[in-house]
Amino acid sequence: MIEHASSHSESIANPAFHASHREKIRINNLHAFYGESHILHGIDMTVNQGELVTLLGRNGSGRSTTLRAIMNMVGERSGQIVINGHETIAMPAHKIAHIGLGFCPEERGIFASLNVEENLMLPPNVRSDGVSLEEIYDMFPNLYERRTSQGTRLSGGEQQMLALARILRTGANILLLDEITEGLAPVIVQKLGEVLRNLKERGLTILLVEQNFRFAAPIADRHYVMEHGHIVEEVHANELEAKTELLNTYLGV
Amino acid sequence: MATLFDINLFALFGQLLVGLINGSFYALLSLGLAIIFGLLKIINFAQGAMYMLGAFIALLALKYMGINYWFALILVPLTVGLIGILMERFLIRPIANEDHLYSLLLTFGLALIIQGVFTHAFGSSGLSYAVPDALKGGTKLPFMYLPNYRAWIIIVSVLVCAGTWWMIEKTKLGAYLRAGTENPQLMQAFGINVPLIVTLTFGFGVALAGFAGVMAAPIYSVSPDMGSNILITVFAIVVIGGMGSIGGAIITGLGMGVVEGLTKYFYPEASNTVIFLVMVIVLLLKPAGLFGKEA
Repeated sequence: MIEHASSHSESIANPAFHASHREKIRINNLHAFYGESHILHGIDMTVNQGELVTLLGRNGSGRSTTLRAIMNMVGERSGQIVINGHETIAMPAHKIAHIGLGFCPEERGIFASLNVEENLMLPPNVRSDGVSLEEIYDMFPNLYERRTSQGTRLSGGEQQMLALARILRTGANILLLDEITEGLAPVIVQKLGEVLRNLKERGLTILLVEQNFRFAAPIADRHYVMEHGHIVEEVHANELEAKTELLNTYLGV
Repeated sequence: MATLFDINLFALFGQLLVGLINGSFYALLSLGLAIIFGLLKIINFAQGAMYMLGAFIALLALKYMGINYWFALILVPLTVGLIGILMERFLIRPIANEDHLYSLLLTFGLALIIQGVFTHAFGSSGLSYAVPDALKGGTKLPFMYLPNYRAWIIIVSVLVCAGTWWMIEKTKLGAYLRAGTENPQLMQAFGINVPLIVTLTFGFGVALAGFAGVMAAPIYSVSPDMGSNILITVFAIVVIGGMGSIGGAIITGLGMGVVEGLTKYFYPEASNTVIFLVMVIVLLLKPAGLFGKEA
């Protein structure tokens, strides 16, 4: 009886309590530093199960740093970062992936000393239901053809596919993707759009840093706009038209 | 005397054999250095001291605990590897983020301390370790007499080097190691415990030196300065092969041993300097080393 009462009072005290099982990422008052420089100044955001959320903003606004801070790849960080219900702010970097996160860095991070298949098999499985190797080769036939090539010999587009495929294989159900369309040909950008839609249908949760707004707009559920290490605006997909002008001012398009 | 174009084949093959033996030790030691340098980006000046330690531990274990050569071959690398693990964990890691010059000075200092302690305890004249009974004797070949223990050194060193190369280049564990060398931060983000890999790698690299020490005990004099003598040559070999190249370290190690052996036959006066001469030429023509990647 007592337990019952306490859980009831908790749900009243915290209106987010009922929704919390849907929250895959919840960030409160996140500050991040590289050495002396203070990059993120109190970020608050949430990403729910199955959502695709983008971080928009100019270069240097702190979007990549937000992803890197989630992965504990910055010098120092403070605040709260709750992933799949686990508080991770004090967690060592190598444990964070294991709660179901997959990170695709801006520079793609393909290893030159590994061949394509070794690159693909490198990250340890973090959950049991990852995309199988056959499915990946099905999705990206180029990777199969070039599976014995040195990883960095692939074209930019192929390397991007590899960087993405590599974290799908681990079973991560929350993906942090940093500028995956940067510098790629339109046909490959289109292919990546299809892949992201496909991943959404599978129920994956995606946080996307993207410069290419035309790429992000049709597939995203929500957008956060960042400036100088703050989140300055939250825009839902259905508000896009009404807020176009505002977005243009922030993004400087 | 068997001669061919004025070449004394007995003497030539004799020197070639000596060259291969030395080369085996060069390969084992430079392989350990290359592995450690690859992942930690530090130059382990204590590698020679660990080699010496390996020889001494084998000697003392036999004398005081009756542990024979064969057990020593397993136990000594484990012991030296453990010392390496403690060294990395408690001495090198605290300064890992500082300039690499600090860890270089640290390992250099450690080498001097270890060598000093052993000189104080055992003097510098050198002790001897008996060749195990099973490997006594030798085989008569057409142009030379091949002592069994020397054949054993060459075969075992080549096997250990090849096994290590295979492990690093062809296995999943090796892929972690290669990737960790390239981008440790991303490896962490993938959920791989890089600090643990670094510690174990350091331990393994140092254990190779300990293993070389046990192998060396029966044919070289076991003395406190045996490590510092060989280390300078080994550094030259690592530079010739290319820093961090695993295959390069092995091939260059064996190759330079042979070059040194041949020089001993054809122009003995230069035998102590020939490796350094090769190093200078390689540095001038291919600064990254024979097997190194151009930066």
